[in-house]
Amino acid sequence: MIKTDILIIGAGPTGLFAVFEAGLLKLKCHLIDALPQPGGQCAEIYPKKPIYDIPAFPEVLAGDLVDNLMKQIEPFQPGFTLGERAETIEKQEDGSFIVTTSKGTRHHAPIVAIAGGLGSFEPRKPPITNLSDFEDKGVEYIIRNPELYRDKKVVIAGGGDSALDWSIFLTDIASQVTLVHRRNEFRGALDSVDKVQELKNQGKIKLITPGEVIDIVGEEKVEGVSIKQGADVYNLECDHFIPLFGLAPKLGPIADWGLEIEKNAIKVDNSLDYQTNIPGIYAIGDVNTYPGKLKLILCGFHEATLMCQSAYQRIFPDKRYVMKYTTVGGVTGFDGSKKEAPKAVVKAID
Amino acid sequence: MSDIKIHITDRDGITHEVDAPTDMNMNLMEIVRSYELAPEGTIGVCGGMAMCASCQCYVESDHELPEMGDDEEAMLAEAFYVEDNSRLGCQIHLAPEMEGLKVTLAPEE
Repeated sequence: MIKTDILIIGAGPTGLFAVFEAGLLKLKCHLIDALPQPGGQCAEIYPKKPIYDIPAFPEVLAGDLVDNLMKQIEPFQPGFTLGERAETIEKQEDGSFIVTTSKGTRHHAPIVAIAGGLGSFEPRKPPITNLSDFEDKGVEYIIRNPELYRDKKVVIAGGGDSALDWSIFLTDIASQVTLVHRRNEFRGALDSVDKVQELKNQGKIKLITPGEVIDIVGEEKVEGVSIKQGADVYNLECDHFIPLFGLAPKLGPIADWGLEIEKNAIKVDNSLDYQTNIPGIYAIGDVNTYPGKLKLILCGFHEATLMCQSAYQRIFPDKRYVMKYTTVGGVTGFDGSKKEAPKAVVKAID
Repeated sequence: MSDIKIHITDRDGITHEVDAPTDMNMNLMEIVRSYELAPEGTIGVCGGMAMCASCQCYVESDHELPEMGDDEEAMLAEAFYVEDNSRLGCQIHLAPEMEGLKVTLAPEE
């Protein structure tokens, strides 16, 4: 069981900055995120896009913003559970919480701060009527173990980087790789597009463009897919169908935690501390809603700061504390590091 | 007045005639959100970067709209429920010549 002071769900910019503000109050944080890397949307969707409304940064790439935040929170040694989705929450008798992830990792904390953005990123599933009947019976949305495809016939659908990269990778493992895409053009790294072209010329990848998988064929498991190409519809024999259409965020299991939800977001008390209807559970950043809410990173930073002050009071109801400026108190890390403003010299001049 | 009237059919099939400003640098996805014609979280998910297809719509009138950029084209190549008249609402910046535009929101993925 992982124990911490503030358990943060979501490692996007708001969740990461919360670690810093908590650290100033000597509170330890642990973050859970469904994605395999920290940064949330900034890292997953638009790392190369410039952001222009971060105060004091005239321009910063989303990926660089995440790198900077990771550097800023380093002294506070946050823990991470990455690639796992927070599934369930159980309130304990003492008012603390146990949060369990999709892989069964358990986390115990007196405070839970949901900084889940638009939700956890899940694979986008194409609208094929019988697709869900074949999940884990030959239909996979994520490739976890490439060995599963050894000497098998595989059909991949999609036109982005992951469809290209996995098609290339699986040519050495699978007995047959077919890539189906609705357009002739692919959106991916130039290297990958060229490589697929080369493998196609060598007959190692079968390319079906423009085409679309419209049905799964099989009894107990995938035996083939039905492909539509122009006016033609035909079946192609295969053992696996892997639709790779990227990820989209879904609020997911958090929606069933007994929290008040409005407009697909968690209602919080913004006049005070961004606490939800369950005392001890806060929601900060894009995941929350209140009158006048703006989904901006800079607003998330503010919300994270106020949340930490309130969390401190909740954990230590009898302690008195006033907020300190970092220019005065410096930053003392849990790793023993200390940053502070250099002292002015006070000396008489003869 | 720099407002134009546009007709938006929501995902329940109800058509709304709305006033849309052309001088606020707004796009069609933002108009749909401002009139709350689709629930928050189901439209404009990526914020308007042509990186999701949650604002996909079908253009029903014969207005000449600005051509698709590479980003929009690539996203529509991976979107679902795509038709010949599909566009991403976030890439359609409202302009006076769009007076009377008719669009239908694509189903939620």
